[in-house]
Amino acid sequence: MALDSKIPQGHISEKWTNHKNNLKLVAPNNRPKIDVIVVGTGLAGASAAASFGEMGYNVKAFCFQDSPRRAHSIAAQGGINAAKNYQNDGDSTYRLFYDTIKGGDYRAREANVHRLAEVSSNIIDQCVAQGVPFARDYGGLLDNRSFGGTQVQRTFYAAGQTGQQLLLGAYSALSRQIGLGNVKMYNRHEMLDIVKVDGKARGIIARNLITGELERHSAHAVIIASGGYGNVYFLSTNAMGSNVTASWKVHKKGAHFANPCFVQIHPTCIPVHGTNQAKLTLMSESLRNSGRIWVPAKKEDAEAIRAGKLKPTQIEESDRDYFLERKYPAFGNLVPRDVASRAAKDVCDAGHGIESNDTNEGVYLDFASEIITKGKQAAFMQGDHNPSDATIQELGRKWVESKYGNLFTMYEKITDENPYETPMKIYPAVHYTMGGVWVDYNLMSSIPGCFVAGEANFSDHGANRLGASALMQGLADGYFVLPYTVSNYLADEIRTGKITTDTPEFMEAENAVRQSIEQLINNNGTKSVDYFHKKLGLIMWNKVGMARNEKGLTEAIEEIRQLREDFYADVRVPGAANELNQELEKALRVADFIELGQLMAKDALVREESCGGHFREEYQDAEGETLRDDEKFGYVAAWEYNGSDASKSVLHKEELKYEFIKIAARNYK
Amino acid sequence: MSAKKNININLKIWRQKNASAKGKMETYKLDNVSTDSSFLEMLDQLNEQLINNQQEPVSFDHDCREGICGMCSLFINGRAHGPDTGTTTCQLHMRKFKDGETIFIEPWRSKAFPVVKDLMVDRSAFDRIQQAGGFVSVNTSGRTIDANATPINKQDADKAFMAAACIGCGACVASCKNGSAMLFVGAKVSQYALLPQGKVEATERVLNMVRQMDEEGFGNCTNTGACEVECPKGISLENIARMNREYLKASVL
Repeated sequence: MALDSKIPQGHISEKWTNHKNNLKLVAPNNRPKIDVIVVGTGLAGASAAASFGEMGYNVKAFCFQDSPRRAHSIAAQGGINAAKNYQNDGDSTYRLFYDTIKGGDYRAREANVHRLAEVSSNIIDQCVAQGVPFARDYGGLLDNRSFGGTQVQRTFYAAGQTGQQLLLGAYSALSRQIGLGNVKMYNRHEMLDIVKVDGKARGIIARNLITGELERHSAHAVIIASGGYGNVYFLSTNAMGSNVTASWKVHKKGAHFANPCFVQIHPTCIPVHGTNQAKLTLMSESLRNSGRIWVPAKKEDAEAIRAGKLKPTQIEESDRDYFLERKYPAFGNLVPRDVASRAAKDVCDAGHGIESNDTNEGVYLDFASEIITKGKQAAFMQGDHNPSDATIQELGRKWVESKYGNLFTMYEKITDENPYETPMKIYPAVHYTMGGVWVDYNLMSSIPGCFVAGEANFSDHGANRLGASALMQGLADGYFVLPYTVSNYLADEIRTGKITTDTPEFMEAENAVRQSIEQLINNNGTKSVDYFHKKLGLIMWNKVGMARNEKGLTEAIEEIRQLREDFYADVRVPGAANELNQELEKALRVADFIELGQLMAKDALVREESCGGHFREEYQDAEGETLRDDEKFGYVAAWEYNGSDASKSVLHKEELKYEFIKIAARNYK
Repeated sequence: MSAKKNININLKIWRQKNASAKGKMETYKLDNVSTDSSFLEMLDQLNEQLINNQQEPVSFDHDCREGICGMCSLFINGRAHGPDTGTTTCQLHMRKFKDGETIFIEPWRSKAFPVVKDLMVDRSAFDRIQQAGGFVSVNTSGRTIDANATPINKQDADKAFMAAACIGCGACVASCKNGSAMLFVGAKVSQYALLPQGKVEATERVLNMVRQMDEEGFGNCTNTGACEVECPKGISLENIARMNREYLKASVL
């Protein structure tokens, strides 16, 4: 099947407007006859469910958490981008579009990214109207900060809790619709399959996580907004429950899965502390506005630090290597995430890591100079033109606290170290997945009627996402794109009538789910689900992680094949199917992660180039930077499912055409 | 940094098969717990041990494990989210406990939060309070006024943000001898009351949210202040006072 991205004709700045004008509408009197299912209640899902509820459709929304407000968008810290140019520093829709395409290393779809930049301003207006308390200056106007890969200040924020405030905004809009009866909310429910009738998405099978009951839900369109798949690595900054199951089930039923190997490894996370660790914690990229990243220039200093014989504050300025500032003077500490992560890995591989864990992997993020700068500024503002060191420290720390207080507290809780006194220790960790279900310009997957939004789709971030752009995409998809494009699809459904779940298709799907559950419950193996998940995570981190090569990837494909066999032969899932069973929930998710992991390795193996977060050691320039091959790999890799051995999946290519941006080597120097 | 070490602990944990079953405390022994582990990683370790011994693992709510989703709960040694202040259970670390210590773990105790299983409770009452009025009635068209068209005094904006920082975990209710939800509701009412966007519906909002709160079976506030002490996000009692003022204003007018 050929991939049709359905990109509208016309100039890039007119495509979305023209497209909207030509899309079909559903009249208000017809909407109550139409059912829409939304899976996931993060920024994309909650905003979509709220919007469709407002429009008058019958909406059913699902989340596995105990409340829609818990979705993992809530954990986003730093901010949300919008091309408002409130800071008068030369920002524009075009520049946000350009930065995002370049940041994605020229592997994103131009038309989608431009649309995202176009609607970005509306997002901020909308959120303020909903009562989202963004940070403001003393004039009462909205404040901004910078994020990686940009030279303007376009990031709006609410301390280090921007995701929380935006999600609670979307949750409030959703709550309003639930209260009005337009949306029926299913908490503690997990989608375990999609149901197709005559080729179209017509519903889902969901498991009630409290009773274990399998439920059939029908709809005229199904929207998947279930987030990314970073937990395939076991350790990541994702929530414990974040999973790929909804996306993977859709993939197994015919939706292509695009660019699975494009994974974002975030440079500033708290390093791993031990083998019982279950998750990694991010320290927001916004900290790179104020913190400087360094390692000891001398290996013996790094060794002494790891042995506890030397403190970082004892190392002289001249013996520190501020490696990002050295390598990338134009962007310094604010290079994009993939670049910063690889640079940290390089210095640690070279023996300069400072963390005393198994791998010695860690670098410093130091706020000492910012505390002095801001302390002096604050003293001046108070009329003290000759402040003492103590005053500078006091005022500087106060400033840092007002900007990043919650992050500093969180760091101290986890590590038992005070980051106002000593630099933070950080290291890259898996954070976000740019790949996802392939969608066309309308965000529809290759299954008619099945739409995919937010992190779950692949469309906007290419091979690397810029900071503060995930929140932007989630809300753009849910509030401002899907309401138009899904309505266009539903315009042909006004005569369909209620869809019954009493059909062979629903029965078959339900039976298949029941069988897979029974197989796991009755397996009576000897090892826990986590045992296998951790094994998978290690294979993925070591061989499909920050640096990849042909040998490792080939091995990973084989090792995961073996792991899958072992999993089904020896996994133990205690308890029963018809009750609340958290081990069963995990087992079902890990089964899908295993298949996905293999596809990620396959995708990385086939993509014989380096771009963004995908770094193939064989393809780098003399300075160790990514070396793209636009001629051979300037495409979206969209994989068609072909059995549970994902290495046998079939590759379809969507050529990426850059009509409005001149494609170039990515340079942050 | 704390010296790396492992501790051995005894656990007394509330086990309850489902909402209608009778529960009881069970005792477990767990060795070699790293003091760098979080409290929930300790429970993961216990569950791994239980599974390997062919016993049923303990069910507990958790998700983000970075103190922001509000899904984790637990009454630990008689305190919501444990002995540390300003923190959720997922951000509580084992370095706060001693070798050989016996740790008591119970679910939130409140009439409005019935137990679902073991340590999990049903907090959907909070969702229903939010649905009754915790929003601004603006459609999601994006066709509103420019975000900077209405300047907002920084102090009000900051106060609104501090109220909005509530994570809806329910520690306030669990800590309150009356099982009152006034800190939770007060925080939401305050966030909107402090912002011009929220003022239009202020009257209906506070009346509807308080009505729903009462219907859910939460108790009344008697100004004990336990909620503020145990709140992992430091939500201030001021918010309850503000809600009472808003409520009075709405009732009189």
